[in-house]
Amino acid sequence: MASPEDTARVGRHTDQSGKSPEAPNATVAAQFQDSATEDPHDVEASYASFGELAKQGHTAAVLDPTAEPVIAVEDLKMYFPVRSSGLVRRTIGQVQAVDGISFEVPRGGSLGLVGESGCGKSTTGRLITRLYNPTGGSMTFGGQDIAKLSQRQMKPLRRDIQMIFQDPYTSLNPRHTVGAIVGAPLAVHDIVPKKQILGRVQELLEVVGLNPEHYNRYPNEFSGGQRQRIGIARALTLNPKLLVADEPVSALDVSIQAQVINLLQDIQREFGVAYLFIAHDLAVVRHFCPEVAVMYLGKIVEIGDRESIYSHAHHPYTQALLSAVPDVKQAVIGGRRERIMLEGDVPSPINPPSGCRFRTRCPLAQDICARHEPPLLQIGPRHKAACHFAGEIGRHPVTPVTPRLLGTDDHGNADPGATPSTELTTQAGYSDTWFDLDKKTFGRA
Amino acid sequence: MTDSIIQPRAHQMSEEGAYLAVENLTIEFPTPDGPLTAVNDLSYTVGMGQTLGIVGESGSGKSVSSMAVLGLHDTKRTKITGSIRIGDKEVVGLSESGMRKLRGNAVSMIFQDALAALHPFYRVGGQLAEAYQVHHSNASKRDARRKAIEMLDRVGIPQPDRRVDDFPHQFSGGMRQRAMIAMGLINDPSLLIADEPTTALDVTVQAQILDLLQDLQREFNSAVIIITHDLGVVAEMADDVLVMYAGRAVEYGTTKQILSHPEMPYTWGLLSSIPDVQSDTSARLIPIPGNPPSLLNPPSGCSFHPRCAHVDKVPGSLCSTTLPRLTPASIGTAHVKRCHLADPDAIYQREVLPEIAPDLVEEN
Repeated sequence: MASPEDTARVGRHTDQSGKSPEAPNATVAAQFQDSATEDPHDVEASYASFGELAKQGHTAAVLDPTAEPVIAVEDLKMYFPVRSSGLVRRTIGQVQAVDGISFEVPRGGSLGLVGESGCGKSTTGRLITRLYNPTGGSMTFGGQDIAKLSQRQMKPLRRDIQMIFQDPYTSLNPRHTVGAIVGAPLAVHDIVPKKQILGRVQELLEVVGLNPEHYNRYPNEFSGGQRQRIGIARALTLNPKLLVADEPVSALDVSIQAQVINLLQDIQREFGVAYLFIAHDLAVVRHFCPEVAVMYLGKIVEIGDRESIYSHAHHPYTQALLSAVPDVKQAVIGGRRERIMLEGDVPSPINPPSGCRFRTRCPLAQDICARHEPPLLQIGPRHKAACHFAGEIGRHPVTPVTPRLLGTDDHGNADPGATPSTELTTQAGYSDTWFDLDKKTFGRA
Repeated sequence: MTDSIIQPRAHQMSEEGAYLAVENLTIEFPTPDGPLTAVNDLSYTVGMGQTLGIVGESGSGKSVSSMAVLGLHDTKRTKITGSIRIGDKEVVGLSESGMRKLRGNAVSMIFQDALAALHPFYRVGGQLAEAYQVHHSNASKRDARRKAIEMLDRVGIPQPDRRVDDFPHQFSGGMRQRAMIAMGLINDPSLLIADEPTTALDVTVQAQILDLLQDLQREFNSAVIIITHDLGVVAEMADDVLVMYAGRAVEYGTTKQILSHPEMPYTWGLLSSIPDVQSDTSARLIPIPGNPPSLLNPPSGCSFHPRCAHVDKVPGSLCSTTLPRLTPASIGTAHVKRCHLADPDAIYQREVLPEIAPDLVEEN
């Protein structure tokens, strides 16, 4: 259904990128070409027909179960000291922003990290990019534990892990041109001679759907969506293996959000980049990530593939989160959706509740929840949940499922006859055997 | 062109029964680059106990039009024509003192950013009490404080008698939004305008705030306008939806009609550019190409045509030359749209729906 104008547009852009050896997806670039470059009122420059537009749009990302992990995080901890005021600033407490989390991001895949504000998801992103030095735990990337490397040892690895920031208005230096911003990583890492930087910058601008001739403009000349594209181009400059995207679309208008999400998916298909996608919008995460981890107060409470989390959530917090999302389809039915109300606010991470951190707001909480922290148990082939009463909504078990593993009775009191199970691990990834919730034993389903 | 909107009749409400009636509202600001028409020939009504959702991108005129209802524009510079009637009072051209009697009393507004909207130097209780005393000159300080505590309790703030003396920064985001709602409702307004009331909040807090708004609306039977870009919020809260683009209403009708049988490609674009928590995973995310137009130099004809993917289905260059009128939709009565497409519902069902919600197609 391509009209002659469209073909002409595509052709023109391919010419501009002719010098690039790995020719970027010119159709995509033309598709996303922003109207600032052309007269928006020019009918000749109108966009593709709906059929073509639809083909450019992506369906939800698909899980590749065989993919090797690009990064494996185990028992990662980040405690921020709380200091007293006054001359001698003694440490009087710790904010347990991230407290022992384990996960893997598959090569060329994406893992979503969701949770309320203050749950530690952004801190996790900053730990992986080593903007913070972790308090404990390990992060295995390319055979090395990057949690313990010095800044100097870290530098060559930084090109492989890059970050896309939330706010495109504050994450770009207003006094630098786009060319300087996108080209800076090349200069810092001394990868190409100075003369070749411009060529690479223009190539990258093309990839993210901006006009390559705009390299000498300043960020204030671009709209929010375009600025986010500049941020993405900067992150792509060094051909990273892992991109940490911290709320990459939440500052953008709805129609622009979809453009940026499709662009991120294009980039993933073309360059095989893996994403750690941090967001609070559950619908966007569901679309973008085949695997999702739900965080609450510094802990992962549930992690699994899309189907397990969104259709068979076993943790009451995940269930409450999902029930709170407003749904467009509700318009046909009318009224509000049935939802699980959570009382109160998230407790302070300086002094988190004992045992299960969610128990103060949990509708299922019993004695054992205050005494013992529930282990993150694998309960399906690609599904882990940390709850003493793990079960699908409305079908939570009456007695806790974990006492035998923890060596206690149903109320969490130590049981002299039982010994704690040795099968509890903090390992990232999934094993072949898992805990059967019905039989309450480990085994293959 | 003056084509006034056809009133959706879903609630069987007469024009006289509407509490807020906006007719042919046009708002123009002078700028160094020439006059800017932020709102163009906009008409809508909201009845008592009804909720209207206004959706659109930034710069589509949704906030500007609602601020005009409260008379928040500089009357010397802004050119407002048309009519805004609250109850039986005409607001356009009303004096500042007359407006002040209305503002915060019969009509009040909840702003998006509660931290910016509350004064950081005054205690929350003091700010609430002030809002009460302005419209109740007989009330003593003690009465006003009691009322403030009562309102904080009503919106679900724990220990209101202690929290009333807190400063805004001591409240969490959700609590600040609740305090804003308490301030908006302290004089039992008949019309409440909520400008993106939950955009900055987490989903769980958003759900609490939306529940609260609904409960309070039921209690006071007030008219509510929710300005948002989240179609999910609109679907669960609003009775009617007004979709705005470049200062104009492009589609207006009952929520059920607009979200299940949208007939304007811009509304399709909004629906196709958001994923859904329950949808089929083979649904595609189809963005609206390009950026919103400049209002200083709006496109000729239909202002959406440069971004519209369905222009080729309209004969000739009608879209780029003639502004479509608001005409009744092909299905249903309480629904108007501004589009030249001859049979939009068929195109939506045949072309758009299979891509964005394959699961819904099979049901039909």
